[in-house]
Amino acid sequence: MKKIGKHYDVIVVGGGATGAGVARDCSLRGLKVLLIERFDFTAGATGRNHGLLHSGARYAVTDRESATECIKENMTLRRIASHCVEETGGLFITLPEDDLGYQKTFIDACRAAGIEAEAIDPALARRLEPSVNPALVGAVKVPDGSVDPFRLTMANVYDAKLHGADVLTYHEVTDFIRSSTRIEGVVMKDLRNNGEGISATADVTVNAAGIWGHMIAEKAGVSVKMFPAKGSLLIFGHRVNNVVINRCRKPANADILVPGDTVCVIGTTSDRVPFESVDRMEVTPEEVDVLMREGMQLAPSLATTRILRAYAGVRPLVASDDDPSGRSISRGIVCLDHASRDGLEGFITITGGKLMTYRLMAEWATDMVCKKLGRTGLKCVTAERPLPGSEQTGKQEKLRGMGAKAAAGRHGTLAADIAADKDSDRALVCECEGVTVGEVRYAIDKLNVDNLITLRRRTRMGMGTCQGQLCICRAAGLLEEKHGCVKRQLDDMRDFINERWKGMRPVAWGDAVAEAQLMAWMYAGNAALNQSDNTLIQL
Amino acid sequence: MTMDFQEQNISSHNFEQCTKCTVCTAYCPVTAVNALYPGPKQAGPDGERYRLKDPEFFEKALKFCLNCKRCEVACPSGVRIGDIILAARIAHTKERPSLRDTMLASTDLMGRTATICAPVVNVALALRPVKYLMDLTVGIDSHRRLPKYSSTKFTTWFRRNAAERQKEFSRQVAYFHGCYVNYNYPDLGIALVKLLNAAGTGVRLMEAERCCGVAKISNRLIDEARHDAEINIAAVRKALAEGCQAVVATGSTCCFTMRDEYPHILGIDNSDVRDSITMATAWLYRMIESGDVKLAFRKDFRLRLAYHTPCHMEKLGMANYSIGLLRMIPGVELTVLDSNCCGIAGTYGFKKENYETSQAIGSKLFRQIAEINPDFVTTDCETCKWQIEMSTPYKVKNPIEILAEAIDVEATAKLNRK
Repeated sequence: MKKIGKHYDVIVVGGGATGAGVARDCSLRGLKVLLIERFDFTAGATGRNHGLLHSGARYAVTDRESATECIKENMTLRRIASHCVEETGGLFITLPEDDLGYQKTFIDACRAAGIEAEAIDPALARRLEPSVNPALVGAVKVPDGSVDPFRLTMANVYDAKLHGADVLTYHEVTDFIRSSTRIEGVVMKDLRNNGEGISATADVTVNAAGIWGHMIAEKAGVSVKMFPAKGSLLIFGHRVNNVVINRCRKPANADILVPGDTVCVIGTTSDRVPFESVDRMEVTPEEVDVLMREGMQLAPSLATTRILRAYAGVRPLVASDDDPSGRSISRGIVCLDHASRDGLEGFITITGGKLMTYRLMAEWATDMVCKKLGRTGLKCVTAERPLPGSEQTGKQEKLRGMGAKAAAGRHGTLAADIAADKDSDRALVCECEGVTVGEVRYAIDKLNVDNLITLRRRTRMGMGTCQGQLCICRAAGLLEEKHGCVKRQLDDMRDFINERWKGMRPVAWGDAVAEAQLMAWMYAGNAALNQSDNTLIQL
Repeated sequence: MTMDFQEQNISSHNFEQCTKCTVCTAYCPVTAVNALYPGPKQAGPDGERYRLKDPEFFEKALKFCLNCKRCEVACPSGVRIGDIILAARIAHTKERPSLRDTMLASTDLMGRTATICAPVVNVALALRPVKYLMDLTVGIDSHRRLPKYSSTKFTTWFRRNAAERQKEFSRQVAYFHGCYVNYNYPDLGIALVKLLNAAGTGVRLMEAERCCGVAKISNRLIDEARHDAEINIAAVRKALAEGCQAVVATGSTCCFTMRDEYPHILGIDNSDVRDSITMATAWLYRMIESGDVKLAFRKDFRLRLAYHTPCHMEKLGMANYSIGLLRMIPGVELTVLDSNCCGIAGTYGFKKENYETSQAIGSKLFRQIAEINPDFVTTDCETCKWQIEMSTPYKVKNPIEILAEAIDVEATAKLNRK
């Protein structure tokens, strides 16, 4: 087994928003950091949620603590992550079948939590957001917005690396190095290198693995009782709404419609699922039904808007009393010192919480790390210091053409590093989302891109209407420049197509089926991708 | 209980019916020659998603679209790509249309004014210094020859020479002559009256006729275009209510505009009359097919012709009627040219910034005409005619003119006398 020679102050397990946030906070405080992710950054719940910049209003009535945390972090993210955030505003609408009396309870609770909430005339709500159900009888304006979790996480990783953090993706933690009472490091499997074993040591290890943290804790010999709550969502082909629409009632299924980048997302459902299934989440027809039926109540035109795909994530809730759906479990942050709790030194679990509160979670965890290291003088700066891309650099981005504009939206001020001088730099790889050759090369160089799926998460390539039909062969060519292996890129294309198909399948009808079939033919015919056991799209 | 969303959730957004096959871009005449134009897929359905996210994503390069609608003809999914692009230009272009664009678009105003003193205007517009000046000041390319104005309008000729005898015919059609026939080329209208009268059909003018509006639409003078369109559609309804079998046109763009651009771009519901607005050749062909009309041709008529399919004729799906009629003429040797855009696209090619694109688009067509070396080129569109006459040594005639020359008037009239 290989051993990483360097000894770290802290190893962070989990490449979601929380893990990336912890890695950044630790490295900004001057600690030596290793961040480990089993697959790719944002591959878990971070990349499988609404992308809602919660105002906290949703939790104001039922979960004051979370609501307060949300609004605080909401305001912080607008400052430090401006290129990941869209300040769309949000509405909580009351429909005729809802209790209008709840509106007052709701507004009072919002104000008590520090959330600006203002009842507005339904007619004004219809003007603010023309897609809203015109039958609404009440509306409350709140400071909701949307946040891109992919960008947010990568900006944290990027900054952590800038400040000296080491980063490993496709490394799965299989065991811990331990003495009787202390975790001294981790043993990993390099999934890209035939599962080769590799170990690393650190004074403190932070378990930030989301729902997989349950299993990580078990490997460390402690128990964190998690509650895997599956949430399903649907993505629509374009933005139906430009303002977040919520239902003004107790949190229930499919009552939030969030505009994000070129699309909008309706969600979620909430159902407890067994741990064995968390790596294979599929959206069921019943869930699609619920999402559509309830979604149409928020914006009737969803019924006649193309659905791009369905996806599901697993919330890392921490189990409390008996609650079959997990709806009433607090979204509050859980930061566990396993030394005081279980007598195990050098090990921390940070979980619960939400995407919205990732930074605060990272701050808590890092505070605890510093305490353990005896370096309590190191102050957290993440609430003030902008993320890379959101800095006011004064650098002027080269906004030539749609691709450059789209890239500026995705990478903020860092878009200035994307080559755009030559025609060949500005040529589009992904036509739906305006991803240029320059942007793909930038992502490959700077953003830990290894394959087409990771490239998609960094750039939106393949996230548009055609779901990769036209772009993946072009992008595969650019990746081949890096890896120098055609066979690898052919496999990569097949994996990508099948991964896309998984999300299209639950909503495959009408034009989406025609398009999927066209894609299957194109790649089966032109790249002979159906010549193995792992066949393409099975309609 | 699951609801049947597979049946219900079919997108009502036309741009979402795009399956990204990109055949539109393969057929786009502009994409092939102008790298600054993003192409119909990008400018249309792809761009629309981005514009819905943020209007700032509107690109000025969309002005390079010819509005030829060849993308729409090519699209297997029925996406109205050209309409999406045109609607985006109208909605998102912030600048007011320029003086030049307004001038070029106001075909009827310019026509009414110019016909009053046509000889002077024609000479003046053909003068080198004038052309140079127009190029320099307003941006009408100096290579262009503006169409000559006629000193007698078609409508004036019609009222003086033809109106009275139309009452003899029991079968009537209304003629939408368009600006070109009225102000520049009354001979085509005269030929139509001759042909249809021989075919036992009376021709009448509409009670009010304005420019179809295509030039105003493509130059974004939308309110003005809608005003004209409403007058036209009211006149169409009146003509049909008064017993006309159809409203026929000799210009394919006028016909296409009234049928498709009115509802799609101007939001005017013409569904009750759309099918009755048609090309004169289409109407005539169908009458012959049903046995209601018979044509007798001159024995001594000999011509080698090359038919050019105008883009909007392609969009109308009516080129085969014109081709079919020409093929009926025994003495005609007809070659149907490959369907390529000529590049002029109405006022587009007159604009200085489009001259090179315009000529590059047309080059394939010009080459093929030269190879065939016909006596005449024939086509249903007046602006194609200008472009071909400006860019090749060949004269261009409308199929209606050819037919009017080719028939034996007496014999035809006899065949159709009831």
